[in-house]
Amino acid sequence: MKKIIVLLSVIPAIGSLSVINRVEPYIFGLPFIIFWSTAWLILTSICLYISSVICDRQEENK
Amino acid sequence: MNSSILIITMTLVLAFYLGIRAKKGREMKLDQWAVGGRNFGSLIMFVLMAGEMFSTFVFLGASGAAYRMGGPTIYIFCALTYIVPFWILPPIWRYAKKHNVLTQSDFFTKKYNSKPLGLLVAVIGVLSMIPYIVLQLKGFQIIVSEASYGLIPPTVAVWIGMLCVTVFVYVSGIHGSAWTAVLKDILILVVIVFLGIYLPIHYFGGIQPMFETLEATKPGFLLLPDKGFSISWYISLCLTIALGQYMWPHCFGASLSSQNESALRKNSAILPLYQIILVFILFIGFTAVLQIPNLQGGDTDLALFKIAKDAFPPWIVGVVGAAGMLAALVPCSMLILTAATILSKNIYKAVKPDTSNEQLAKLTRIFVPIVSLVSLIFTFYGGNTMIALLTMAYSFVLQLFPPLVFSLLKRNPVSKAGASAGMILGVVLVAYFTLAEATMATLLPKAPHFIQDLDIGIVAITINLIVMLAVSAFTRKDQQMIQEEEPVKRIITS
Repeated sequence: MKKIIVLLSVIPAIGSLSVINRVEPYIFGLPFIIFWSTAWLILTSICLYISSVICDRQEENK
Repeated sequence: MNSSILIITMTLVLAFYLGIRAKKGREMKLDQWAVGGRNFGSLIMFVLMAGEMFSTFVFLGASGAAYRMGGPTIYIFCALTYIVPFWILPPIWRYAKKHNVLTQSDFFTKKYNSKPLGLLVAVIGVLSMIPYIVLQLKGFQIIVSEASYGLIPPTVAVWIGMLCVTVFVYVSGIHGSAWTAVLKDILILVVIVFLGIYLPIHYFGGIQPMFETLEATKPGFLLLPDKGFSISWYISLCLTIALGQYMWPHCFGASLSSQNESALRKNSAILPLYQIILVFILFIGFTAVLQIPNLQGGDTDLALFKIAKDAFPPWIVGVVGAAGMLAALVPCSMLILTAATILSKNIYKAVKPDTSNEQLAKLTRIFVPIVSLVSLIFTFYGGNTMIALLTMAYSFVLQLFPPLVFSLLKRNPVSKAGASAGMILGVVLVAYFTLAEATMATLLPKAPHFIQDLDIGIVAITINLIVMLAVSAFTRKDQQMIQEEEPVKRIITS
């Protein structure tokens, strides 16, 4: 399980540090560069939330 | 009476009332006052943590940065900032609870079993926090003056604001900050999302048309350039912020008030979503670039207010001002509370070890008005050097990261001598670079751009790390096993 938690942190870390330096295409009205970093906010939130649920379960099982 | 002044005044009164009322029915011992008896659940933790991060910077700085820099401003909502606390805060909290740690300096003292090291951390913390408070107060002056259409004198405003904060921090401690943070968060959320959606629609018919106009008027403004605000600048700055954010003594301290580890993890998970507010701030800044293109220098920080005044009647400007005012005062309250605790518990007591706990609790509260007063003096007489000092302060607190993270390992390879040497060198390097106005570009004129654009904090922390490990390698034998009494701990419970 620990591997999954690590992976759920590493992926958004890489994602949020990467930059796709282009304006086109617009997605949801946003230039791609801004869409990309906004999308990672949401994805990071989801990844960390899943991780914290996993952590909670493990604590309960102990 | 002007409607915007009325709204600002009413908000301040309401915040003051909430701040005082927060004490209700609690006996304010030091741990209740400073970390809420370690009893804050997920929701209040979230508000408190968000309360510290969404300071005047969000109001003035972020919209100003979007105005000046364009696309590179995306660094302000890099999600990495919340992945780091997900990992480091739970083990810190666990250790802090077990050893009754109230401040960051306590934590270092205990972990490295060294009072001088704790004192060093306390001094770095307080030195970094004062410019932070001063910047909030300077922002506060600008916000009130703009939102009241120049009718409230900034000096009077900042005195009144500071008096409110000082009183409710004195009375309610961290509970006061938490309750005013609730009001502040609601106001900011409503104001920023509304402005961010309404302004582009009002002027351009939508968000995408606004961006298209911007791209047509200023081609490349939305992208990271090849040099200057380049990709290596972006990555190094994001790392500086992500690693440094929770090294701020007040952020570190607030995390200790959590009820359990789970609340801290959940909090790290929700905060990135909350950052979406900052995306809306970009919309405001970008609309202002097109609509009010002539702002220069420091005036760019007024972008948000200029555009709000252009588009709205005074009462809405008043609501914007009220949100901005709380964005300054709430972080101030946390900063003052933390600074006062560190000053009494970690600096005064280090000098006079025979101080009793009752004396200490009293003394901490006495430091509250003192810190406020010192900050006010710097606000009035410090000039603009404070802004340079704040940039320096960000890189200062970052230097605490390596010894902290190593101390969380099962076997800490770092000795107290190594930790001190690394931190001191890191801080000195940052101070030198800031005061000499040097950058990697002036230091290494022939280096490739990706090196020249590196943030100075990252350079200093790398050197800090190398020195810390090198010195530790030589001094390790002298050191007794610090963690003998500390059973094997894992970063994540599993």
